[in-house]
Formats: sequence, structure tokens, C-alpha cells
Amino acid sequence: MLEVKNLFVKVDGKEILKGINLSVKAGEVHAIMGPNGSGKSTLAQVLAGREDYQITGGEVTFNGKNLLDLSPEDRAREGLFLAFQYPIEIPGVSNTNLLKTAVNEARKYRGLEEIDAIEFLSMMKEKMKVVELDQSLISRSVNEGFSGGEKKRNEIFQMAMLEPKLAILDETDSGLDIDALRIVANGVNKLKRPDNATIVVTHYQRLLNYIVPDFVHVLYNGRIVKSGGKELAFELEEKGYDWIKEGK
Amino acid sequence: MNQNTDIKNLYIENFKNFEAKLNGGRNSQVHKIRQDAINKLNGLEFPITKWEEWKYTNINPITSSYFNPDVKKKLLNKDEIAKFLFEDFNCNLLVFVNGYYSKELSRQNCKENSVILSNIASVLNEKKEAFDLLGRLAVNNNIFTALNTAYLNDGAFIHIPKNLIVDEPIHLLFIADGEGEKSLIQPRNLVIAEPFSKSTIVEHYVSLNEGVYFNNSVTEILVQENAYVDHIKLQEESKKAFHIGRMEVAQEKSSNFSSHLISLGAEIARNDFNTVFHDSHCESMLNGLFLIDGNQLFDAHTLIDHAKPYCNSHEHYKGILDGKSRGVFNGKVIVRRDAQKTNAFQENNNIILSQEALINTKPQLEIFADDVKCSHGATIGRLDEEAMFYLKSRGIGTEAATAILIHAFASDVIKSIKINAIRNYLEDILDKKFNQ
Repeated sequence: MLEVKNLFVKVDGKEILKGINLSVKAGEVHAIMGPNGSGKSTLAQVLAGREDYQITGGEVTFNGKNLLDLSPEDRAREGLFLAFQYPIEIPGVSNTNLLKTAVNEARKYRGLEEIDAIEFLSMMKEKMKVVELDQSLISRSVNEGFSGGEKKRNEIFQMAMLEPKLAILDETDSGLDIDALRIVANGVNKLKRPDNATIVVTHYQRLLNYIVPDFVHVLYNGRIVKSGGKELAFELEEKGYDWIKEGK
Repeated sequence: MNQNTDIKNLYIENFKNFEAKLNGGRNSQVHKIRQDAINKLNGLEFPITKWEEWKYTNINPITSSYFNPDVKKKLLNKDEIAKFLFEDFNCNLLVFVNGYYSKELSRQNCKENSVILSNIASVLNEKKEAFDLLGRLAVNNNIFTALNTAYLNDGAFIHIPKNLIVDEPIHLLFIADGEGEKSLIQPRNLVIAEPFSKSTIVEHYVSLNEGVYFNNSVTEILVQENAYVDHIKLQEESKKAFHIGRMEVAQEKSSNFSSHLISLGAEIARNDFNTVFHDSHCESMLNGLFLIDGNQLFDAHTLIDHAKPYCNSHEHYKGILDGKSRGVFNGKVIVRRDAQKTNAFQENNNIILSQEALINTKPQLEIFADDVKCSHGATIGRLDEEAMFYLKSRGIGTEAATAILIHAFASDVIKSIKINAIRNYLEDILDKKFNQ
């Protein structure tokens, strides 16, 4: 589904990613772990299409298409979703309005009719349950005045509504208490299907107790320095990142 | 003698023709007001950019040509104006077409209430309160007001009696046909809100065609003790039109006045909104939203005169500028020496959508009292890139995302309007403007 080959990325002239290779297939859950500043979020943002990041080498294909040629909105319409580490507050835009526009833009892209109002509402109701979101939050402005946990749940709610093929969760666990973490993780698990895939970007192993990865990659200094199964995450939790930094 | 003086002289010379057509009206008391104004006009000059109050607003296109005050009448039917009306309301509508009152299109006092709603031409000779107030708030101290008064033709007269709560908004619809050559349309409105009354007044300027005309309006509003007036000025005119609008408000003890200016501009649109607190414990809110593009020039000059203590004012103007448009916001607040315990807040936020649009924003606070709370702020920026990327990452394209963010930016001014039907009307205007 996603093939990242030898990807190099500069931000403000500084090389952040130095040759990333990653292959994600349908039905898989990948965890990308690493210490702060290793390039985890940069990778997530680059895949989503952040414009101020400069790609200096490599290629990325998504379901056979050259991802790097697509605009951020077209990547989303093709089925890529990024759950933001810091979801943006947009005062004056209701969650409903955002989602309705997003759903319809994606449908238009796929040559479908606009979604029927009643169908949309029932879809919202159903998906709200996935992350135990309250109706009152949905009618409010996007993330405005939301608590940290509510913002993250709202990200997963949007993901549920947009039904992506590939979801990238960028530090979705940061700042969450254990109850919120459980709700968010449950939501992600409920949305898991054989034909979609998830990349979980995280600093801590804690989230992986709830979202169990098939593969774990350790990102350090712009490179994936180690890959393995879920047991790698436990090893990292135990030993910290220093043993990787020191090299072996 | 320069060109502008020539134009001024044309207005003075043509006054005789105008008088001649007044027939018997020449001997009325009202006509003395006109004559007085034309004499004043003689001693006044058209503003130039050397004047501080007009520094960024070059109105040469208005002052270098003659606009004909002798405007043709135009008959319209109800279907032609339906799109300018707010849903749900059936009363309190005054319609003026090319400056002339249309009794057929208006809906006056259809409910059993005692609000006096009339065209000013029909009351000035009979109603002393109207006659006495006219020109008292908007004195002939500038050439445009003098021009409006000299050729005084028609406009709205609203008198809300003591204790009356007027539920439906009073809708003043000024329609220009936008045909023909350079008309001068000069509405003159007068509002008396008696003590403890409550009302909403919508001053609404529209045009049927994208023609060239000059709308020079003057509105005077007297808000008496404890009265509440919510004023909405909605300007959606021809992009080739010129608009100079002045509103003068006098607030008496414990009165509450709020103003919303929603403007899509004209070729040049200048608004002067002034309110004076003549007694203590007054409240005033001045909100504004303007959306301009192309070569439009929009200017809002406001003045809040805290002449007395214990008054609060709250002002928030927002501008959205695209193309090569230019905007001016000048918010003046005077806190006089006696006006202790004043609370004055002012903010102006602007979004620039293009490389070439320009906004000049100037907060101007003059504070002579020492126990007051005053603040002001101004921002100029682009659409938030973080928010833009967030929307795009949800599959929303640049155009739709821009529309959403502009809508969001404008939303707090629109939401401060209390009447649903008017808010919906405005939302529709915004939708139309950005989803073309």
C-alpha cells in the first residue's frame, strides 16, 4: 500500500530524514518509535503533504501512485489520513461543517454524488460512538476549547468518518490520561479492517499495549536503525533509547 | 479655481432648477433647511488626501464629476425586490427606489403597534419632533452632509414611542436601479427611540444593476433614556457605485446602541459612524465586517465620544481584502475629562488574501480622564496556514478551505447580530461571494 524508498527531507535547510525505507501492506499496523527530534513527526507530516518541507531525494508510492506528486487534499481523497499531534483549533467552523465538506470533496473526487443529509447524520451518530464523543462537541467549532483528550478523540472521529486506507497517528497518545488513551486506542482498533493499514508514531511503548503493532521501527537521527516485531517495543521500554543511540 | 470647485458650483447652480420643481414646497419651512444647507455648501470644500481624515481615501472619482440629483423614478414590482427581503417578516418595511419612497412596495404598521414608520418627506412639514431634530445631530459641517440636506428629498422617519418593544426589525430598503447616467441618490433618515423602547433597524443598500451612481446618505439616530437600538447597515451595491454614508447617534442616559456594518463595498465606500454619550451609563457596540476585492476602496471612520462617565463601548471591525483593494479603518475614541470609569475596547482584524491588497488601520484614542480602562488592537494577516493545511489534510481543496476559513473569520461579527433571519441572509451573501 505504502512504499517509502530512500526518502531524504530537509526542513529550513537542515536534513531531518536521511534515507527512510518503509513498506506498509494492507491489514498491517506499524509503529514508528524513537527519541525526540529523531524525525518521526517530520515523516508523518511529509507523507500528509506539508508544503514547507523540502524533499531532496527518494520516492513514495501510495497504492501505486506517486504520493509526492499529489496535493495534500488529493492525498486525503486517495485515502491517506493524518491524525495530528497538535490538532488545530478553527474558531467559527463547526465540526459538522468540516466533515460534511470533507466527505463531499472526497466523494466528488471519486465521482460520487454528494452525501444525503440524513445519511450523513446517521453516519455521524454511528461514528461518534466509536470514540465516545458527545453530540455537543460535534456541533461546536473545530477543537475550540476542547481538552487535550477531546482533541485526540476528535481526530479519531474524523478518521472514522473519512474511512482512510492508511491512517498515520502522530503522537496520538501524548498528553492523554489512561482512560482517554484506552478510548482512543479502542477507536483505532474498531476501525481496523483487512483492507486498511495504520502507522502509529509514538515516543512511548504505552500506546502499543492497546494498539498492538505487527512491526516496530526505531527511527533515530533521520534513519530507521532497527526494525522488528512488537517485542522490540518492550525492549525499548526496558532499556530506553540510549542503547540504540550508542550504536548496538 | 480647480476642477472640484467647478463641480461644487454645478451643484449650487443646479439648486435653482431643483427648487423650481418643488412647486409649492418652496415656501415651506423645510425648504429653509435646504436653502441654509446650500449656503453652507458654498463655503465648504470636497475633501482631499491632504486632510488627515481622508489621508488614505482618494475620492477624486466622486468629486471630479457631477452626479445628477434629478434622478428618474423607477417602478418595481414585489417580485423584483423579493430577493432583498428577510424571511419570516411581514411588517415594518420601507422601500425607496432611486431615492423615492414606494408606498406600494412598503409595509407599514401592519401590526397593531404604535411605532411611527414613515417616509420623511411626508412628515417634515407636520411633525415638529422630526423637523426639530433634522440636522441637529448631523450638522452641515462637511460638504457631503450639506449636499444631502440641500437636495433633501426623502428617506425614512422612525419614531418609537416610550416603552414600546418592536419585535420585527424595521427594514429600510434603498434600491438603486443602477441604470442610466451618474445619478445622485441621497437618502436622509431620522430615528427617534423614546425612553425604554427597543428596536432593530436595518439600513439596507442594494442595486439592481452594476451601474455608476453616487449614494450619499445621512442617518440621525436619537436614543433616549434607557432605550435600546440595534442598527444594522448592510451594503451590497454595484461595484461601480460610490457610497458616502454618515451616521450620527446621540445617546442619552443609560441608553444602549449597537451597530453592525456589513459591507461588500462599492467602487469607493466611505462610512462615518459617530456616537456621542450625552449622559452616564451608556453602552455602545460598533461592529463591522467588510469584504472587498478588485479595485474597491472601503473606508470606515468611527468616533465614539465618551463625554460622560460610567459608559462602556466595544468596537470590533474586521476586513477581508482581495485583489488590489484598499481598506481604511480609523477608530477614534475620545474620553473626555469628566468621563471617569469609562470602559472602551477596540479591535480591528484584517485578512489580506492577495499580494496587492492594502489596509491602513489606525486606532486613535484621546484620553483626558485618569480613571478609565481603554484598550485597542489591530492585526493584519493572511489566512492561517496551519488551519489551511489541517483542512487540506482532510481532503478539502484550496478553494473550499479558503471559503471555510473566511467564513470562520467573519463569523463572530455575524453571530453578534441577534436576529436569525438577518444572520441567515448574511450567511447566504458570504456563501455566494466565496463559492462562485
